[in-house]
Amino acid sequence: MKQFISFVRKEFYHIFRDPRTMFILLGMPVILVVIFGFALTNEVKNADIAVFDQSKDEATSSLIAELQASRYFNIEKRLRSYQEVEEEFKKGNIKMAVVLPPNFGSDLLHLHNAQVQLIADASDPNVANTLTNYAAAVILDFQDRITDGRNLPYTITTQFRMLYNPQLKGAYSFVPGVMAMVLMLVCTMMTAITIVREKETGTMEVLLVSPVQPMKIVTAKAVPYLLLSLINIATILMLSYFVLDVPINGSLTLLVLQSILFTVTSLALGLLISAITDSQQTAMFISLTGMFLPALMLSGFMFPIENMPTILQLLSHLVPAKWYYIIVRSVMIKGVGMEAVWKETLILSGMLLFFLFMSIKKFKIRLA
Amino acid sequence: MGIDKEKVITANQLTKRFGDFTAVDAISFEVEKGEIFGFLGANGAGKTTAIRMLSGLSIPSDGEATVAGFDVYRQTEQIKRSIGYMSQKFSLYEDLTVRENIRFFAGIYGMSDQFIKDNTARLLHQLRLKEEENKLVKSLPLGWKQKLAFSVAIFHEPEIVFLDEPTGGVDPVTRREFWTMIYEAAESGITVFVTTHYMDEAEYCNRVSIMVDGRIDALDTPKNLKQQYEVGSMEDVFIKLARKATRAD
Repeated sequence: MKQFISFVRKEFYHIFRDPRTMFILLGMPVILVVIFGFALTNEVKNADIAVFDQSKDEATSSLIAELQASRYFNIEKRLRSYQEVEEEFKKGNIKMAVVLPPNFGSDLLHLHNAQVQLIADASDPNVANTLTNYAAAVILDFQDRITDGRNLPYTITTQFRMLYNPQLKGAYSFVPGVMAMVLMLVCTMMTAITIVREKETGTMEVLLVSPVQPMKIVTAKAVPYLLLSLINIATILMLSYFVLDVPINGSLTLLVLQSILFTVTSLALGLLISAITDSQQTAMFISLTGMFLPALMLSGFMFPIENMPTILQLLSHLVPAKWYYIIVRSVMIKGVGMEAVWKETLILSGMLLFFLFMSIKKFKIRLA
Repeated sequence: MGIDKEKVITANQLTKRFGDFTAVDAISFEVEKGEIFGFLGANGAGKTTAIRMLSGLSIPSDGEATVAGFDVYRQTEQIKRSIGYMSQKFSLYEDLTVRENIRFFAGIYGMSDQFIKDNTARLLHQLRLKEEENKLVKSLPLGWKQKLAFSVAIFHEPEIVFLDEPTGGVDPVTRREFWTMIYEAAESGITVFVTTHYMDEAEYCNRVSIMVDGRIDALDTPKNLKQQYEVGSMEDVFIKLARKATRAD
């Protein structure tokens, strides 16, 4: 035990004295959350729009009020002709125009079917898409409200429902993704690098000649990273909860336990990488291209897996981050419990055992 | 060499094969307590593999050996506890201070806090490093690092210390000082098992073995070896023997 404490203390010295390591460990998570939360998000706030209301009845004015009331739109201009729509777009004053045809109110009341035209500036397709989605959601909301309780046969042709994320918040899907990436980065890459560094400098030889068992050496190396990962989990959760307003709908305990499972799995992967490489460069290269990029691309957090070619879909099953991403999304945002994520938990545990088994085996082979 | 002297290392037909390649080919020798035993050979002669077997890092393919009375097949844990080791690569942590390095290595050998405290003070005084105890090791000159690494390797008072080319890249003055430390260690009863490239250093050893192609081709005191091969220096002995080598580097 004394040996072990000596070891862990030494690892902390290494970490605290290397600014680069400190930055990756503690600065990176915050930067990733901020980048993904504010810069890369599709979310649009207070977008300038124009309204061309040709009906000017009770229904249109309450719909416009609804649009104005939502945080997404700012009604910059009331238009009086179609011509003005194009003018405003060309001037760059607005990002979207809402056109309400004549007789909107009476059509809705008598024909049970009214139309709204949304015109968006598609030079930025992402923003255009987001804006029309938001507007459509607001309009649907409005429709639901007026039909509510009266069982009237108003035709709602588009079935448009936003599950779990009614405000279409970008932050909802990226927080679980950032957690997966940060833990992967800290645990897999940093652990692999710190062990390989000792091989490079020759201190590993000295450690192996000492009475400390090899498995104890690598465990002691992993402990500080496990602790720092817990801090990272807490930081990310607090940032997303307090700054980005992402709720934690499920059990916090389950979320933390699952994060620890993923952390340990990533650590085991780091150990495996360190057992099969001899230089820090190789370790970093394998961690980044072999682990980090797949975690980014194939976890479903940036690109939906359902849209990928079959071969990539199959490959994505091998990425631990994918399963963790599903778990966190389910627990944190859908608010479900263990009964909904036991399968993913089992897969992650299996991966953990496999990585541990392989790294112990590789480690022993190298010693013989 | 008295007959009653304690043998701390014995090797009998010790062999290590990697597939078809025999890295160490049935070497036999004994090392006595307090002896400075030079272990010479060209690169690739099998020195490192032999040391790895004797220090419990590698299990032999054949033959027998004991280190500090422990068997190299079954008692590697006890062997590791009884030896110190300093490798040709620099073996302290550059980003730890002098004091932290001492404390860490003493800690992994399970030394008590009191022992560490007392002996650290003594050691810092001996090495005249008291002023530098809280400086990072990377700020020290290479010669000081090597001397500190040696002191750390014998800090836990091992029976045997293995030095694998300890003076590589060090200036002649520091090498002299380093060898003074080796003599002091040997006088205090620690057996020194040293490999070196410098043939003048071979002259400092009590006995020298020379490995060629995985075998020990010569083993005696430097004086006897020079007589036997009828040359004036260990360098010439080594050249005469190494010329027979068939293995490439």
